[in-house]
Amino acid sequence: MEKKLLLGDEAIALGAINAGLSGVYAYPGTPSTEITEFIQGNVLARERGVHSRWCTNEKTAMEAALGMSYAGKRALVCMKHVGMNVCADAFVNSAVTGVNGGLIVLAADDPSMHSSQNEQDSRFYGKFAMIPVFEPSTQQEAYDMVSNAFELSERLKLPVLMRVVTRLAHSRAAVSITAPKEENTFSPDNDRTHWVLLPAIARKQYLSLISKQAEIEQDSENSSYNRLERYGESKLGVIACGIAYNYVREARLENIEVLKLSQYPMPVDMIKQLSSECSSILVVEDGQPVVEELVHTIVGSDYPIEGRLTGKLPRTGELNPDNVAKALGKEVSETFASAENVVGRPPALCQGCGHRDVYNALNKVAAEYPGARIFGDIGCYTLGALPPFRSIDSCVDMGASITMAKGAADAGLFPAIAVIGDSTFTHSGMTGLLDAVNDKANITILISDNLTTAMTGGQDSAGTNKFEAICLGLGVEPEHVRVVVPLPKNMEEITNILREEINYNGVSVIIPRRECLRTLARKARKK
Amino acid sequence: MKKDIILSGVGGQGILSIATVIGEAATECGVNLKQAEVHGMSQRGGDVQSNLRLSNEEIYSDLIPQGEADIIISMEPMEALRYLPFINKESWVITSSNTFINIPNYPEESKLLNELSSLSHVVQLPIEDMAKEHKIPKSANMILLGMAAPYIEILAPEQLRSAIATIFARKGEKVVEDNLKAFDLGFKL
Repeated sequence: MEKKLLLGDEAIALGAINAGLSGVYAYPGTPSTEITEFIQGNVLARERGVHSRWCTNEKTAMEAALGMSYAGKRALVCMKHVGMNVCADAFVNSAVTGVNGGLIVLAADDPSMHSSQNEQDSRFYGKFAMIPVFEPSTQQEAYDMVSNAFELSERLKLPVLMRVVTRLAHSRAAVSITAPKEENTFSPDNDRTHWVLLPAIARKQYLSLISKQAEIEQDSENSSYNRLERYGESKLGVIACGIAYNYVREARLENIEVLKLSQYPMPVDMIKQLSSECSSILVVEDGQPVVEELVHTIVGSDYPIEGRLTGKLPRTGELNPDNVAKALGKEVSETFASAENVVGRPPALCQGCGHRDVYNALNKVAAEYPGARIFGDIGCYTLGALPPFRSIDSCVDMGASITMAKGAADAGLFPAIAVIGDSTFTHSGMTGLLDAVNDKANITILISDNLTTAMTGGQDSAGTNKFEAICLGLGVEPEHVRVVVPLPKNMEEITNILREEINYNGVSVIIPRRECLRTLARKARKK
Repeated sequence: MKKDIILSGVGGQGILSIATVIGEAATECGVNLKQAEVHGMSQRGGDVQSNLRLSNEEIYSDLIPQGEADIIISMEPMEALRYLPFINKESWVITSSNTFINIPNYPEESKLLNELSSLSHVVQLPIEDMAKEHKIPKSANMILLGMAAPYIEILAPEQLRSAIATIFARKGEKVVEDNLKAFDLGFKL
């Protein structure tokens, strides 16, 4: 069998293509981006015309994938964990409608927040929507599971959630590759009775979802991804979820019994067996204590359970071989302490980046207005919070710059300034701009347009060449849509325009536009 | 045999290319490998590292436990020192001595290099300077790989060399030539 060296993300992508995928729908987000990029570059996927163009946001992605499933084809939706919040409405309801072609929702969680604003655990979403969840331990499992998840999805007529964490998504290992399967035939669902979620139908569908729970649980019980492994005479039981299994095995202990848990809902019988054969259980899971909280409902509140909640493992941050070994009672060797002459090296905006000119101009003008606040957003330009700029006062979620500026302006804050990137604006900023226009809010918005989705590596940006038209269409006054080129030589013009628009009592949009240097360099290399 | 390697540097210095070459050689030779790397925000001029594990046996964790790394291969001296808790007294540190200063509070250079030299198994060379001198400025990372080659052991230097040829083939002959030249330069020192 052919073996390939693949990132966890790439293993998922190739697993999906070879399982007969017809479309991937996604918005870029670390650590999920490489899945879609791999499919975009894959020869077979291109030959087959597998859909792989980036979507405007995770909600449009989720809905389009559901549409492809409705038409009978296999579809994959990929996002980083916080994208689950964006698509949650469509996601939860897709469990109520059910699916036709297999549908996998892939959430890449980021414990330790390497590139994120929180470390929420997507397994909660699986439980919330009452659907099966797969959590691979290795790149090989990630590859294999995709095919199993599609089959399960089509058998249960439900979407399946697949959850990975950064360390699997961005780690490479050799993967055995299977032969590609054909795509599903085009076969739109003719049965309207479960797709139209009017209350009367939704109630029936919800009951149908609940009636499937026993089968879903039984499937976890029978899953080849869940198994009990006994090492020597064991008193300590360990539930090792997903990637945590690797850290447990790395400790090479000879006196534990391990439940390798990679498919949810939790296999109740296996957990009961583990608890009866051991005198206590350590739950090792990357992310939030999802299993640790629930396991008491199976083994009783008196049974000794340890994990992140009891302090045996750190409450926050990702697992690693050291904190897991320690929790298992193993000595961790420490030869050298941290070096003395080492300081942090935070990321920074590239030299020559247009965002730098935007912040230089903003800092200059904002200093003239004592009450000025700058509401930031998600992207490279969030680095404007760090020295030397220290420009922005907030960064919460995709699109929040505009709406928070508006709310603060409603409360009397002046000047309320929003800084948002081009891709973030089309992702979730446009609706907020419409609110601001309708309310005649006194805010100044900068759409810092570098013609790409830069932070995640330069993917196409949905609104490129459309920003003036979008703003005018949403009702911003034409004389208050201003375009500038963010370069040091234009500093006087930019600062003057900033002053004019801050002083205008209403919605202004300034678009500093200059291509991302990295995208530009990549294009030059291609030529 | 197993070799656990930490690759380190600053975003953009080319440590992931070193990882790719070693990965290619390992796959070609049937050596097991896991390689965790950093993508995303820190690639914008922040510190980047990759955990590369090579073994003839099954590898479990994608990350290297503290004290178990056999080699640190670093494009930058402070970035080499950052991973001190991951090595032990037998481990080797192969690093460039050229500092990359993009932060205002970078430690005093002499103190930094002294601390590095106080370790018993260190190889350090000004690889950026060497790369410029030999007119292969973009191949500094392959000089470093050449320097590290004798310590990787589980893969022969010749296997790394042919991996360089494979990996850079799509970028043209000149690029392959420059990178092989860089590798040999580092290896012979």
